[in-house]
Amino acid sequence: MHDSDSIGIVAPLKIFFDTPLSLESGAVLDNYELVYETYGELNATRSNTVLICHALSGNHHAAGVYADNPKNVGWWNNMIGPGKPIDTHKFFVIGVNNIGGCHGSTGPASINKKTDKHYGADFPMVTTVDWAETYVRLADKLGIDQFAAVVGGSLGGMSAMQLALYAPEKVRHAVIIAAAAKLTAQNIAFNDVARQAIITDPDFHGGDYYSHGTLPRRGLRLARMLGHITYLSNDSMAEKFGRELRAGSLSFNFDVEFQIESYLRYQGDKFAEQFDANTYLLMTKALDYFDPARDYDDDLSAAFRCAKANFLVLSFSSDWRFSPERSRAIVKALLDNGLNVSYAEILSRHGHDSFLMKDEHYHQLVRAYMNKIDI
Amino acid sequence: MAKLLSSLTLSRPDFATIAAWIRPESRVLDLGCGDGTLLQYLQDTLGVHGYGVEIDDANILACLNNGVNVVQSDLESGLSGFESDSFDYVILSQTLQAMRHTEKIIQEMLRAGKEGIVTFPNFGHWKNRLQVSFGHMPVSQNLPYEWFDTPNVHLCTLSDFEQFCHQHGVHILERRVMSGNRQITLAPNFFGMLAFYRFTRR
Repeated sequence: MHDSDSIGIVAPLKIFFDTPLSLESGAVLDNYELVYETYGELNATRSNTVLICHALSGNHHAAGVYADNPKNVGWWNNMIGPGKPIDTHKFFVIGVNNIGGCHGSTGPASINKKTDKHYGADFPMVTTVDWAETYVRLADKLGIDQFAAVVGGSLGGMSAMQLALYAPEKVRHAVIIAAAAKLTAQNIAFNDVARQAIITDPDFHGGDYYSHGTLPRRGLRLARMLGHITYLSNDSMAEKFGRELRAGSLSFNFDVEFQIESYLRYQGDKFAEQFDANTYLLMTKALDYFDPARDYDDDLSAAFRCAKANFLVLSFSSDWRFSPERSRAIVKALLDNGLNVSYAEILSRHGHDSFLMKDEHYHQLVRAYMNKIDI
Repeated sequence: MAKLLSSLTLSRPDFATIAAWIRPESRVLDLGCGDGTLLQYLQDTLGVHGYGVEIDDANILACLNNGVNVVQSDLESGLSGFESDSFDYVILSQTLQAMRHTEKIIQEMLRAGKEGIVTFPNFGHWKNRLQVSFGHMPVSQNLPYEWFDTPNVHLCTLSDFEQFCHQHGVHILERRVMSGNRQITLAPNFFGMLAFYRFTRR
């Protein structure tokens, strides 16, 4: 891939925290590690940091490529880089892997120093509130008093929102893309089907598949296939695959016949090899639990009363997993508190996945907003 | 910045007219805010805290570039995203004539705000009357569209608007009528090109 605007070769960094982390569930992580990447330079006044929060299956590798694997391009490389909407000439950008993840930060696949075994099912539930605390601690360690902006899409948008509520004085701007203030019953239902697929896989072994030398591939594959359907729109699937047959004619069996089956199975297979099933379970639970209004009698406006940041909220017209209506609810809560907020509903055919795509208008909006941020 | 503002005051006399009615530091909602220049002007000159509402993608982008808050929404579906009485002023500048639901938007303005400000091109201006008398729909600086491509569906005169207010419980606080940057006091429904009204609930 030739991309002259890419940040180029990047390398992940690790940072160890020995201060115990008390989690929202009541459990305590005695110590943990965060893996992160940075792009651009921290300025002299340390006022230009942008934190990127990742979505369900994302990680810290948001931009650039690795020296030993130039094909491993960061998941938001079209958004972050020199001259890009999140411009690394201006900003010092941090991508971080959430705890509970499976890309280097402490998670279920990590070794528990107490037992010398994989955490597995023993890894505690983590929530966006727990992540918010880890972001604050990371900033503290890096000597950053305040983020110029926190940016995220989907679960990443929720994580960014949570940080703006958890540590209002730490966030000047929050860019919340394709997110919602809480999941609907339908959203939770999808997540639970995904979890059930994993948990009922005979190779899951109660989450302790590491010691059995297996992986719950079938479950994770099904979970991903289901998830993938919900990230796309009916229109984009019709456009991309239609009812196209792989062999050109019907074969009257259960092998791959339609192209969409081929695509989904391929995506599922690839994901099942790369991603940790326990992490998938945890991330979907973090999504389900996210609900800042819960402690305020379901009054989202009351939940946002503490917020101080300026907000940009973006939604996509064809996103039925987190529809524009859900973003408007966030905007309403911000308006009710007289906070600075701009909101755009971007016309898009690509469903929830639109937030990852390169769309000119979408990128222009982010660029315009980021340009106006004082550092 | 001061230079830019004074040039705006000259080039957009309607901005200065609206600004003269607005208290500094007040809360303003600008409906159909376009590229956000009015709101930016009010922010810069009066320090208001404001939001624009716009439907057009290019205008949303322009608002972000101008550093004003903007919410993408269709005014025809009302202002349900805005709490009652949450603004000191709700402005509808040169948009009323293009709205389908005139009554609804005026009521919504007075629900969300304490006062409403509307501006619209006066269809009763003598040049419009003249063009109609010669058998044509008027085309002018304030009404630049041909009959077949105009977004304006509810054009009205000063008298029409005042009658509407009377019939719909809208109390007019102040009126100003302009022609270019001149204020019109003599036979405004005949000589006025642009009408400004500030109103509240009766």
